[in-house]
Amino acid sequence: MRLNYPVHVRIIRVPCTGKVDILHILRAFEKGADGVYLVGCMEGSCFYEQGNFKARKRVEYAQRLLEQVGTGGERVQMFNLTSGEAPKFAQFAREMTERIKTLGPNPAKLAGAASKGPAAGQAAERGAA
Amino acid sequence: MSATTPSKLEKMLKAGHQAVTSECGPPRGSDAEAIKEKARMIKDHVDAINITDNQTSVTRLCSLAACIHLKLAGLDPILQMVTRDRNRIAIQSDILGAASFDIHNILCLSGDHQSFGDCAAGQNVHDLDSMQLIQTVRHMRDEGKFLGGEDIKRPPSMFVGAAANPFADPYEIRVPRLAKKVAAGVEFIQTQCIFNLDKFERWMGEARDRGLLEKVYILAGLTPLKSAGMAKYMKNRVPGMDVPDEVVARIAGVPKEKQAEEGIKMCIEAIQRLKEVPGVAGFHVMAIEWEEKVPEIVEGGGLYPRPKLD
Amino acid sequence: MIVANGKPLEEIIGVVKGHRKILVAGCNECVTVCEVGGTKEVGILASALRLHFLNQGVEAQVGETTLQRQCDREYVVGARVTVEPYEIVVSVACGVGCQFMAEEYNKVPVVPGVDTSFMGGALERGVWSERCQGCGTCLLAKTAGICPVSRCAKRVLNGPCGGSTKGKCEISKDVDCAWQLIVDRLSSLGRMEDYEVLTPIKDWSTDRAGGPRMRIKEEVAS
Repeated sequence: MRLNYPVHVRIIRVPCTGKVDILHILRAFEKGADGVYLVGCMEGSCFYEQGNFKARKRVEYAQRLLEQVGTGGERVQMFNLTSGEAPKFAQFAREMTERIKTLGPNPAKLAGAASKGPAAGQAAERGAA
Repeated sequence: MSATTPSKLEKMLKAGHQAVTSECGPPRGSDAEAIKEKARMIKDHVDAINITDNQTSVTRLCSLAACIHLKLAGLDPILQMVTRDRNRIAIQSDILGAASFDIHNILCLSGDHQSFGDCAAGQNVHDLDSMQLIQTVRHMRDEGKFLGGEDIKRPPSMFVGAAANPFADPYEIRVPRLAKKVAAGVEFIQTQCIFNLDKFERWMGEARDRGLLEKVYILAGLTPLKSAGMAKYMKNRVPGMDVPDEVVARIAGVPKEKQAEEGIKMCIEAIQRLKEVPGVAGFHVMAIEWEEKVPEIVEGGGLYPRPKLD
Repeated sequence: MIVANGKPLEEIIGVVKGHRKILVAGCNECVTVCEVGGTKEVGILASALRLHFLNQGVEAQVGETTLQRQCDREYVVGARVTVEPYEIVVSVACGVGCQFMAEEYNKVPVVPGVDTSFMGGALERGVWSERCQGCGTCLLAKTAGICPVSRCAKRVLNGPCGGSTKGKCEISKDVDCAWQLIVDRLSSLGRMEDYEVLTPIKDWSTDRAGGPRMRIKEEVAS
């Protein structure tokens, strides 16, 4: 169909939205993403049965956390479609892009700290001891 | 049977009369006049008056102080005591305090959970449960000793009661549970409000078959319904309450302004029926914030005048 | 296991906001199993804190570590190199772990990131239920294996109270009446006669009432 969708969207392919971890979403924002959205199969038709439900719960969790840290929960969204619905995929990309444009950049970038070093402290020890 | 304590209630029961008790809730303030007034309204129609102990976990003037006010007014109070708010030190201490004013009746309860009241964030104590409270009072009275083993100078002389709910779940242990309270030493029982008379009679029958009614006096608990709304509330919202559909239907079947009258009538009819049930040793009339109706109910039930004791 | 609940992020932010080097410290035991203080949750909390600081335009270092056991001095001491560069530690272990950390590192404030709730087990993923209050004198042999101390809202030892309705506690329709469970189990064990045995007044001196408790196993203690 060669549909157009906004160039600002960077696609990361996963075998199932159930693979997307809450940490993937949070780290994206730490690294300066302005928005993150998941596009999964229709609810009830997950090949792995529960994958997209799990993804939805994680998205909702991320929304709550991002709201509390001042990033804004509306920067994360879950969308669902079937594999034959390419126009919908393009439409979600436009919807999300519009929303982010209205919201403006990731507040971390506005605050200026992100440019000095995204995800400050991320290099700190993990899993020591 | 001769009485073991100076309790008027005990004497009445042991003389073979059907006893009548009622209850008053203390005020939410320090003016004792309210409780004295409630007691005055009913004093000639009852043998003893329960004073509730922070019922539904709402903080009120304490049961012990209210009992003292009634005692000083020449009445025979029943000190309700819940195990929710006191450990065994406070319990024994309050029992002695009551005994020092010659309060001769106690009702041993566990108490509603504090989450129902005005201090839902508070701790509960439950050092003892209601059965263990029964044992404690009997131990203090009969052995003349503290739980710690030391002798009590002038031990309390109290007629020991407890509550029983013939309608709570699980039904199969309702009678064994009464047996357990009897084994703990309870001498009289005031039941939960009875609306399901058939079920109550069945429970009494089973208690009789186990020989429990020779060991404990059962006072049937009755509450007059003020309205269909109250009937529905009791049916649906109050834990452990059994209000049959026909009871709700009957009160809802009369016009709103006549419902209170119908409620009194139903209560009187219940007394008349239960009076004939073998083993019913008396009645406990709980007219919640409606104490002025107690005389009418007692008279209607044919329980007035109260017998004179020698 | 010991079951805990994550503290509200707002509360944690309120405690750490004046600091610039913050360590989130998890524990590999109970809090990992109850999904509140393991490596995963440490990562989430640390990330959220980093985002908070980034959004404030504040440069802060939020590190992550997970100890094998925060309730074991051996592991707590072993974390010294990790801990000491930080200004404050948010421990997402239970209250025991948090205190063991605080006892070891007297120059670094250690604050809790979770509210420790109870001793219980998992009914299913994400659902935990209380089973024990550590009263110090186990009654389970007398109560058909169901604990009235931890599972009855009034810890009634001769129950049920009058508030038991259709198998549920008076405090909530979501809470089972412990004594209904006891009666049901006695019945299925064919031991209903045990119901009528009065449970005597309990000695609570082995409970928290008796003061802080200690256990020494002579065979192994040095």
